[in-house]
Amino acid sequence: MSIWARLAAACLMLLAGAVAAQDRYPGIGRAATPAEIAAWDIDVRADFTGLPKGQGTVSQGQELWEKKCASCHGYFGESNEVFPPIIGGTTADDVKRGRVRSLIESSDQRTTLMKLSHLSTLWDYIRRAMPWNEPKSLTVDEVYAVTAYILNMGDLLPGDFTLNDQNIREVQKRLPNRDGLRPFPGLSDVRGKPDVRNTPCMKDCVKGELKIVSSYPENAKDTHGNLADQNRLVGPVRGVVTVAGAAKAGEVSASVGAALVRKNGCQLCHGITSRVVGPSFREIAQRYAGDVGAGARLVTKVKTGGSGNWGNVAMPPQSSIADGDIQSMMLWLLNGAR
Amino acid sequence: MMAKPAHAGRLRRAPENFLTREQIVDVQSGRRDFLRKAFVAAGASLSVQAWAQGSAQPKGDPAILELPAHSHTLGLPVAERGYGLPSQYERNLARRESPGLTRVSAASVSFAPLQGLFGIITPNGLHFERHHQGWHDIDPATHRLMVMGMVKNPKVYTMDDLMRLPSVSRMHFIECGANTGMEWGNVAVPTVQYTHGMLSCSEFTGVPLKVLLDDCGFDRKRARFVLAEGADGASLARTIPMDRALDDVMVAWGMNGEMLRPENGYPLRLVVPGVQGVSWVKWLRRIEVGDQPFATREEVLHYVDLMPDGVARQYTWTQECKSVITTPSGGQTLLDRGQYNVTGLAWSGRGKVRRVDVSFDGGRNWRTARLQGPVLGKCLTRFNIDWTWNGGPAILQSRAIDETGYVQPQKRQLREVRGTRSIYHNNAIQSWQVDATGEVRNVHLG
Ligand code: HEC
Ligand code: HEC
Repeated sequence: MSIWARLAAACLMLLAGAVAAQDRYPGIGRAATPAEIAAWDIDVRADFTGLPKGQGTVSQGQELWEKKCASCHGYFGESNEVFPPIIGGTTADDVKRGRVRSLIESSDQRTTLMKLSHLSTLWDYIRRAMPWNEPKSLTVDEVYAVTAYILNMGDLLPGDFTLNDQNIREVQKRLPNRDGLRPFPGLSDVRGKPDVRNTPCMKDCVKGELKIVSSYPENAKDTHGNLADQNRLVGPVRGVVTVAGAAKAGEVSASVGAALVRKNGCQLCHGITSRVVGPSFREIAQRYAGDVGAGARLVTKVKTGGSGNWGNVAMPPQSSIADGDIQSMMLWLLNGAR
Repeated sequence: MMAKPAHAGRLRRAPENFLTREQIVDVQSGRRDFLRKAFVAAGASLSVQAWAQGSAQPKGDPAILELPAHSHTLGLPVAERGYGLPSQYERNLARRESPGLTRVSAASVSFAPLQGLFGIITPNGLHFERHHQGWHDIDPATHRLMVMGMVKNPKVYTMDDLMRLPSVSRMHFIECGANTGMEWGNVAVPTVQYTHGMLSCSEFTGVPLKVLLDDCGFDRKRARFVLAEGADGASLARTIPMDRALDDVMVAWGMNGEMLRPENGYPLRLVVPGVQGVSWVKWLRRIEVGDQPFATREEVLHYVDLMPDGVARQYTWTQECKSVITTPSGGQTLLDRGQYNVTGLAWSGRGKVRRVDVSFDGGRNWRTARLQGPVLGKCLTRFNIDWTWNGGPAILQSRAIDETGYVQPQKRQLREVRGTRSIYHNNAIQSWQVDATGEVRNVHLG
């Protein structure tokens, strides 16, 4: 076919395609131009499909790294400040084997180079996303350069190396973890076969004693803030008070008081609406409603304990509770114990 | 009467100075004779029976007897808030970061407060967040979606174009692959918000991806995968296999009746039912059709599952069947002994939840819970079961079974196969221990 015939045929095909599409949903969407596709088609696949031509040296990469990357990732890619380290944890032996030994043995830090099994991935990611605060600002050659420098820091490339779109396939073969991935159809296929099995036993399913092997530590309770403030104020449960005095003076909310009452075990002896050893909190609230001096008196009473107001049973002194917390509880109580 | 701020630091349970743990249990189980010894030890005089005597009967609840302001004053007018907000009393239910999990908040996670949610739909403002490079509020008039690669006609769509196409609305859960990831080894976080809160569920509205792939004339012979890519700084990219892409994957703009929230990908995101959240690419700008998976950063360096032999599983998309009791759950205390509606969520990336069993004795014995409708495929399912707390210690667990017959595994079973370093896909049975004071704690059983 002549060039014209071929062009005409191609045009016809294009038209046919466009018509077919238009038949279905007339007026929806338009053809993407080659320039538009080029602008967004940035992905590089494991077989390096999509990799643009270009090159960069280790030393150019070092200059770039120190200017544009080191502030976050450290001069040697070792920083743990904003993200786990990029460099470290790989050996010459790993390079020979294509598997990183420390991924078997240790459960600590996993660096980027320990995990990396496709060089295309590193190249693609730097191009699309780094520097983190200025993504897509590097030129293609700069991406080659800084990739080369990362590999140099990881002892995979000599200092005089120039990385380009041709030799990158050879460099791929030096990645320490190049054989570190395998597919698992059990979780990728829609109908994949699971690898972990349980049976729906209903009765006497545990042989012997129950063993608690791990438990949220009492002394770490406040790591996630005051859990009382992360739960609803009504309902079947309340959040545990894990940070005492989380509320500031004058701002003590009733919910803090309620949570403190639960926290301090007052309900061992006082139900909200029912008597246990002492009167119910609602009863107490009722008795002192409108009594201006009651707050101060009750704080003292809770602190020092005693009997007589409700019967002969004494309340033990609650002397180990901070004054502020007793005040919060009394605020809640005198507000109706709700 | 409020004075100086209360002391900082953690509280100690006051009665522990006075009552031993056994005695607390005694009180809660109704045995009060311990009090004689305890009070004598504390030097107080008492008569154990006397508490029951001599108090005036209250007339009634002041909440009823004394009319509150809202019953005898005028309320606020309509449209006082153009976009309504929750009650001021609901502020405690908010999404939160887990301290120390990530180092910078623009590449981080916020967790949905599952401990306070009802039913199966997550309110849009409480949907969990995961961003790799922060979020933007993108002008929908300039947003574009390009479909290219192995297609006859690479095309560009505007939001106007997309929203003219035949749309569907479907309810699906989205769960981050790393949900519960901190718990592979030991107990690491206190509450269900942090153990399971990278989970949300919405009604999504959009156009099936298949409609767009057909519209562009994708190569039916060779096309095996598509790449989905975001428009944000990260341009997060993920591979979707063709069988899923042609099945139930959606290009969505709607979420629970309104547009997506910016944090969740406004104006356009991918919805990949049953698949880990990272595949639900936000701010979706590009779909590329190809014949091989794309091996992106989130498929090579992350979202791979490190097995005990040091090799990592790749392209593990499915979120397997899982469940968790949300009330009562870690970091909560029960109000009192008596009736409780124990409630939680179950879901499966393989389809519908068929059954949920609940144990109150650490997995020794199980009862089947009530499933609350609707029960939909790849969607959260709410379950409920009645429980009378008698004041004794208990360990609560839930175990879901999906329509394929898969049974949610115990932690031990999961670890036997996958070790403890996987990070992703932890769908083990969760245990909540209730102690004698009613406090609930996150525990792992051996
Ligand atoms: C302002 C801080 C910052 C700067 C500057 C920066 N990065 Fe990053 N980098 C990050 C953060 C944060 C992440 C993790 C992002 C995420 O969680 O998705 C990251 C991730 C990476 C990763 C992926 C590591 C992995 O294992 O996933 C590579 C590779 C990387 N950066 C390379 C670079 C290069 C090359 C430069 C310079 C051109 C650079 N970075 C500049 C903050 C930065
Ligand atoms: C071991 C049992 C016990 C515990 C624990 C206990 N109380 Fe009491 N409490 C009592 C008894 C008994 C009374 C009745 C005392 C009386 O007749 O004056 C009482 C009375 C009270 C009163 C009413 C006092 C009055 O003069 O009318 C308040 C207020 C009160 N308790 C608050 C608390 C708070 C707050 C806590 C927790 C920090 C607490 N109690 C813990 C047994 C207890």
